[in-house]
Amino acid sequence: MNLILVTFIILLAFTSYYFGRKKALVIQSSQRLTALPKFYGYYLAAWCAAPALIIFALWSVFEPSIVKTFILQDYTDQNLTKNELQLIYTKVKALAAGTYTGNITNFLDESANKYIQLKGIANSAKVAIILAILIFSLSFAYRSVQKNDRMREPVEIFLKWVLFVASLGAVLVTIGIVFSLLFEAIRFFQAVKIFDFIFGTHWYPAKTFVRDGQPDPELMKDAFGAVPLFAGTFFIAFIAMCVAIPIGLLSGIYLSEYAGRGVRKYAKPIIEILAGIPTVVYGFFAALTVGPFVKEIGNAMGLEVSAESALAAGAVMGVMIIPFISSLSDDVMTAVPQNLRDGSYAMGATKSETVKKVIFPAALPGIVGSILLAVSRAVGETMIVVMASGLAANLTMNPLESTSTITAQIVVILIGDQQFGDPKTQSAFALGISLFIVTLFLNVIALSVVKKYREKYE
Amino acid sequence: MNSFKKNLLKKRYNAERRFQWYGKIAIGLALSFLAVFMFQIFSKGYSAFQKTWIVTEVHYDKELLLIDAESPSKDDLENADYYDVAYKAMTSLDPGLPEEEDRQLIQMVSYKYEAEVKDLLLKNPDYLGKIVSIKLTASDDVDQVHKGNYPRDIPEENRRVNDYQLQIYDMLNERGDILSEFNISFFTSPDSREAELAGIASSFMGTVFSILVCLAFSFPVAVLAAIYLEEFAPKNKFTDFIEVNINNLAAVPSIVFGLLGLGVLLAVFNLPRSTPLVGGITLSLMTLPTIIIAARASLKAVPPSIREAALAMGASNMQTTMHHTVPLSMPGTLSGTIIGLAQALGETAPLILIGMVAFVNTIPGTPVDPAASLPVQIYIWSESAERGFVEKVSACIMVLLAFLILMNLAAQIVRHKFEKKWS
Repeated sequence: MNLILVTFIILLAFTSYYFGRKKALVIQSSQRLTALPKFYGYYLAAWCAAPALIIFALWSVFEPSIVKTFILQDYTDQNLTKNELQLIYTKVKALAAGTYTGNITNFLDESANKYIQLKGIANSAKVAIILAILIFSLSFAYRSVQKNDRMREPVEIFLKWVLFVASLGAVLVTIGIVFSLLFEAIRFFQAVKIFDFIFGTHWYPAKTFVRDGQPDPELMKDAFGAVPLFAGTFFIAFIAMCVAIPIGLLSGIYLSEYAGRGVRKYAKPIIEILAGIPTVVYGFFAALTVGPFVKEIGNAMGLEVSAESALAAGAVMGVMIIPFISSLSDDVMTAVPQNLRDGSYAMGATKSETVKKVIFPAALPGIVGSILLAVSRAVGETMIVVMASGLAANLTMNPLESTSTITAQIVVILIGDQQFGDPKTQSAFALGISLFIVTLFLNVIALSVVKKYREKYE
Repeated sequence: MNSFKKNLLKKRYNAERRFQWYGKIAIGLALSFLAVFMFQIFSKGYSAFQKTWIVTEVHYDKELLLIDAESPSKDDLENADYYDVAYKAMTSLDPGLPEEEDRQLIQMVSYKYEAEVKDLLLKNPDYLGKIVSIKLTASDDVDQVHKGNYPRDIPEENRRVNDYQLQIYDMLNERGDILSEFNISFFTSPDSREAELAGIASSFMGTVFSILVCLAFSFPVAVLAAIYLEEFAPKNKFTDFIEVNINNLAAVPSIVFGLLGLGVLLAVFNLPRSTPLVGGITLSLMTLPTIIIAARASLKAVPPSIREAALAMGASNMQTTMHHTVPLSMPGTLSGTIIGLAQALGETAPLILIGMVAFVNTIPGTPVDPAASLPVQIYIWSESAERGFVEKVSACIMVLLAFLILMNLAAQIVRHKFEKKWS
């Protein structure tokens, strides 16, 4: 039904384009046109499609909730909680669709009939209203065309609005992220105290897996302490940075200061391949090759090493991050003005002294920015940890044991079928919002540091 | 020059040389990581492109097939009972084996061997009543033995292939009845629980559909947004806010987009779970900022003289933009789009959250059929314990990397071939 309506509107818009153009050509024979003929067509088409489609979209958004209030009106005298009302509404909808398998009471049956009736009314009302709007807006637009009004300006203003709305898309995505995370997270924090979440040291959400009845608040208190996850996340990111910073920074320095043109031309893109490899591939590599390798070496040295160690995951993550640091620091150091270098050489400094004492300090803000971006990348990395480090959240500082991270726990909790409304599922969203805040914080700092630095030398 | 100064100079030069070596070693390490990595994947994965067959003889006995008709129709062949015929084909490899040990022989071929016996007859109805030789897919253990990936010297109780099966394998191999051919079914068959039958067709189609959906959603919105921000937006707080927003969005971890897809697309809009449609939309939200940034950069690179020339000829702002600036910026925008899509192609975590990890053993025909995607397939297979899946994962990675290389090449070509150099 909806599909037919939308296709109809779009087809009508196309025909009105040709109609408008033809009309313009007719006008042309008697008087001077105010715009190119195609603008007459665009004008008519825009007036035809835009209002009808906007009304259609608004209707589709609001119809379900209005129908819902109508249905649930009958239940207001029964003193039900919000969740119970929601359950009743789901049952009514299922019954109306013919997929309900439970016990059918008279009351439910009545509601389902009412639901079908309301839906029918809503559907015919929608079609009638949209047809009316189409007739109205088309006749309005056609009158302007007939009068040979100015046609280009309104079309261009309309196009500008379309462009503006598209640019709101990015904002909309951010709003969507914040709200979808907040919505579930707030419900989670109603069940679990925010204090217990941030400062609790024990993460074991499977404990609260309840099938019916309310989960035990005492258990909940002890099951959702996110400290092990925060610690694990930063610990693995730290290991990754221990690998990535020295290698990345030294490669960046070499590329910008020492390497000849030929080396730079090939080495830089080849190193950047490391950043283009999908993370799941790194995860496989870490789990299958690096993990056992670390274990073997550890065992040879008489150490107890878990097959899924934080070290393996962190080291592979570090390799993945090398190009972020090397390329960015290379760019930053290349951008340091040549006169700083020349000044240093003139004082008799060797190349390495110039790098260490002049260029590196001058480029430091940019380098710090690139490292912060790399940290944010490491914190948000998921697949390597899921595949190579453990899934049990241990609070440990031993790189040879397994730890878990925020991202890995989100995957563990949400893989397979989710039950919305279960504190376990909601906890993933609470983790998601803490991850979002941490990475946002890192990015904002990094970008502002880099921006400030750029202004200094430009 | 006194000796103190000489020494100092020597020290400084040594420090210089050391520092240079550190840089060389760092680059060497980074490159060798890449080399080791590629070597590992290729050395493990190339064998997955070979498939092992066991050749045996099958007697399409009418009686055993339970076919009564004198000249059986297609339907009769379709409904015949192939169990005994297929069973006999395998047990005939070693007629001396006691009946209760037959399972050991049956285990040497894939569990679909009965279907393979049936397919051969359906393709060649005139084989009925004759004894013909047939190729059966070897089980993944025999396959691994044939490829030399299976250690034969460990004790029998720790092996999935026992001594008797190895003996039969050796006998067949000597006779030349073990064939190794290019593994077409790896590309044409969907996922399976059995390593020897598993293929990437379902996940490949899933990837293609999600990328197309991603392109359809993100490209128009991103290009229009970039045009607005670069050409029309007034300089005020709100457009600054949009800009900051886009930059931050580009750095949000991908898993957060997965949560968005789960919390909004599945829970609020009730779109079908596990489908490339939802996966593609989720990925498109992720690629949106990447494409916007690329499109803005290439719009910025169009020199102002082009715009001024158009305006001087009497074109309106909108006409200047749509007729001149945007077409000239397209190569840069397109190559940015391809790179953004290549990133989306490798994403796994958001797709897992929206349920694209479900086991799918059919090839999806539309974007609303449940499907996996190549990276998710890698994840699923790498979680399987069976030895045969290791080479499958590596082969799947090779396909994925080939895909990525092709896309990046395409981006390069678009950029260099069509982009105008202004200077």
